[in-house]
Amino acid sequence: MGKVNTETNSYTFFFASAMVVVVAATLAFAASSLKDKQDVNIRQEKMQNILSTIGIETSRPEAEILYDQYIIEQLSLTKDGQIDQAVDAFQINLATEIKKSVDQQRFPLFKGVVEDDTYYIIPLRGSGLWDAIWGYIALKDDRRTLKGAVFDHQAETAGLGAEITQTWFMEQFDDEVLFDEQGEFQGIKLTKTNNDPGNTDKSDHQVDAISGATITGDGLSDMITERMQHYLPYFNNLNE
Amino acid sequence: MNKKPYVFFITKNLKPKSLLSSADRKLLVDPLDDDNPITVQVLGICSALAITVQLRPAVVMAISVVGVMAASNVIISIFRNLIPSRIRIIVQLVVVATMVILVDQILRAFAYDVSKELSIFIGLIITNCIVMGRLEAFALGNGVWRSFLDGVGNALGYGLILIMVAFFRELFGSGNLMGVQVIPDSIYILGYENNGFMLFSPMALITVGIIIWVQRSRNRKLVEEY
Repeated sequence: MGKVNTETNSYTFFFASAMVVVVAATLAFAASSLKDKQDVNIRQEKMQNILSTIGIETSRPEAEILYDQYIIEQLSLTKDGQIDQAVDAFQINLATEIKKSVDQQRFPLFKGVVEDDTYYIIPLRGSGLWDAIWGYIALKDDRRTLKGAVFDHQAETAGLGAEITQTWFMEQFDDEVLFDEQGEFQGIKLTKTNNDPGNTDKSDHQVDAISGATITGDGLSDMITERMQHYLPYFNNLNE
Repeated sequence: MNKKPYVFFITKNLKPKSLLSSADRKLLVDPLDDDNPITVQVLGICSALAITVQLRPAVVMAISVVGVMAASNVIISIFRNLIPSRIRIIVQLVVVATMVILVDQILRAFAYDVSKELSIFIGLIITNCIVMGRLEAFALGNGVWRSFLDGVGNALGYGLILIMVAFFRELFGSGNLMGVQVIPDSIYILGYENNGFMLFSPMALITVGIIIWVQRSRNRKLVEEY
């Protein structure tokens, strides 16, 4: 075998350039050939999450069919509660949308009907301890009470912040009331001192926090408040 | 260059042998105990702290590390005579990162739920000192088959400790194993409480310490002479 002198500058440059080209080509090929499959997975998961807030549990492949069955309307709202027909609500990516100014943003709202009950589903996105957290909440027909919630996260600590994705945590949000008696929006606080560990009081605007996950919990509470307030104009219009 | 016959064995003093000679078996088995990457070489401690809160991510991490280490050891070993030594660390890093990204992309397309479960842990493999440590210490100077065995062996040794630590942390920290409750409610009623401290990183270090203690009291070879 012809011995190559691997220590010359020109060889080093040649090797580095060749390596970069090969690696870039490999990764670009892998990413573009797998993109379609990955996008389908993401789309189905979004549908699955939206459905689960209104109590429809389904597998990912089935989500597409059930989504068309239960979700009757997808709205893109402006900050004044007007409907923007030009924007497809399902295509709105909150990760980028949330960086725009409030005037520029469109707020997606999904309307679902299960056994004659109407639900309003709001996508959420905010910050946890390490990275983004997101989720969906569904409001009941009265637009004051939660039907259910799902949460997910990018990189919260396993066993602590990552517990927000656990069923026992998400179930705490069922039937919680977001508004006080005067109709003022209150949101939901995660607290360790609410003297209501069984979470029987649904109108205290509080659920039990996770020990060791205070920052994730506060981020989650802020996320609900921040996102929810943009929908209040629309809901007020409906109430009138 | 492509037609060059690859040397699968370092044949200075070893003749090519059957698929798993005793020397080869040593490569595979030593890292499980005598030469364990975590408890003896003290590599890869960072991820042993980070992802051992629950058993399931630890198991999947162990499997992914086996794949990534075997593949990158093989690739580096194939190219070991072509890599300029001045940029060899960069080359190793690029190979590991490429493997990890490929694994991540493939999981996202074909095993979406597993990839969600792993999220950042997959990326963390890049920073795992064991992977680069074995590339630098072994694959650069050894044949392909032996490098493959070394990669698999070290990854298994790493995974073994990871799973042991995660077992104790999940059991005592949350009373679960693989996310399923194993400590019966009746014991909680008697006043037993989960030890929340187990969920924090320091307890991983202490658990690793206890494992090292047990290992050394069993295996006197590992005890340093003074």
